[in-house]
Amino acid sequence: MTTRVPVVEKILSANDRMAEENRARIESAGVFSINLMASPGAGKTSLIERTLPCLKDKLHVAVIDGDIATSIDADRASKAGAQAAIQINTGGDCHLDAIMLRSALEQLDLTKIDLLIVENVGNLVCPASFNLGTQRSILVASIPEGDDKPYKYPGMYRGVQVLVVNKMDLLPYVPFNMDYFRKGVEVLNPGVVTFPLSCKTGEGMQAWTDWLVDQVKSKR
Amino acid sequence: MHELAVTQSILDISLRHAKEAGAKQITGINLVIGEFASIVDDSVQFYWDLLADDTIAQGAQLHFERIRGEMTCTHCKRSFHPKDTDFACPNCESQFVQITKGDEFRVDSIDVE
Repeated sequence: MTTRVPVVEKILSANDRMAEENRARIESAGVFSINLMASPGAGKTSLIERTLPCLKDKLHVAVIDGDIATSIDADRASKAGAQAAIQINTGGDCHLDAIMLRSALEQLDLTKIDLLIVENVGNLVCPASFNLGTQRSILVASIPEGDDKPYKYPGMYRGVQVLVVNKMDLLPYVPFNMDYFRKGVEVLNPGVVTFPLSCKTGEGMQAWTDWLVDQVKSKR
Repeated sequence: MHELAVTQSILDISLRHAKEAGAKQITGINLVIGEFASIVDDSVQFYWDLLADDTIAQGAQLHFERIRGEMTCTHCKRSFHPKDTDFACPNCESQFVQITKGDEFRVDSIDVE
């Protein structure tokens, strides 16, 4: 005879539990951590490269880089001045998950770090579903991607606490309706902290790095 | 998206609950999936047939209950189903709306013998 057993459990609850463990570990070390997400080419690594020199005399920064293959991004972070740079190769997986972050955390001495930047795999869909345990999820959008991205990837735009809009210097050259973009963002994520900037010209970088420094101070 | 990881999680959850219930066989899995949780039913069933092989969940049928996306206007409190990229309230045209349904992503129950 068939009986129905009630379950009512979130499908990704195992990942959520692991993310909580990561968060506890990061918090107890007094570290502020961010999960940088974006489509490929939006400028996650460029943002890290631009950010690190600005924080040079202020913070000790570690970078964990997620990619399907290669250590190109971790190498770039190292070169830009990261205290430590760890590459996670997901071997085909389209996102980082909390278990991958845990094994990367084991390779880091968190007591020597103020800020931990996790660079997720370039993808606007999957990373949004997997909590890592970082204190803030940040989306790096960019002007050439187009103004319709909030509408097409609502899960990503809703799940973040901070939005960086990169490549602002290209605004005069590409069709991008800022009002339409903002409208989509506002519906999905009202009042989200936003930093329009350009990694190329440096415009807007000061506000972004000031915010990072303030967040780190609040964790000490 | 990441159907393999999702399917593995569904299987882990189902096997754990079946064991607790002392079940010999899992015949059905009842999933509740919101419109905003992107997942391809056929892919999950495909992976299921591979992953559940040699477990008590082998041959179990996956049932997907889909929950339509719903937004609620924070001004006039009216609820509506958004159409494509038009998120504005159809009643008062306010842009200030909240998503109230469509995020569901859970194993609701399992059918066991």
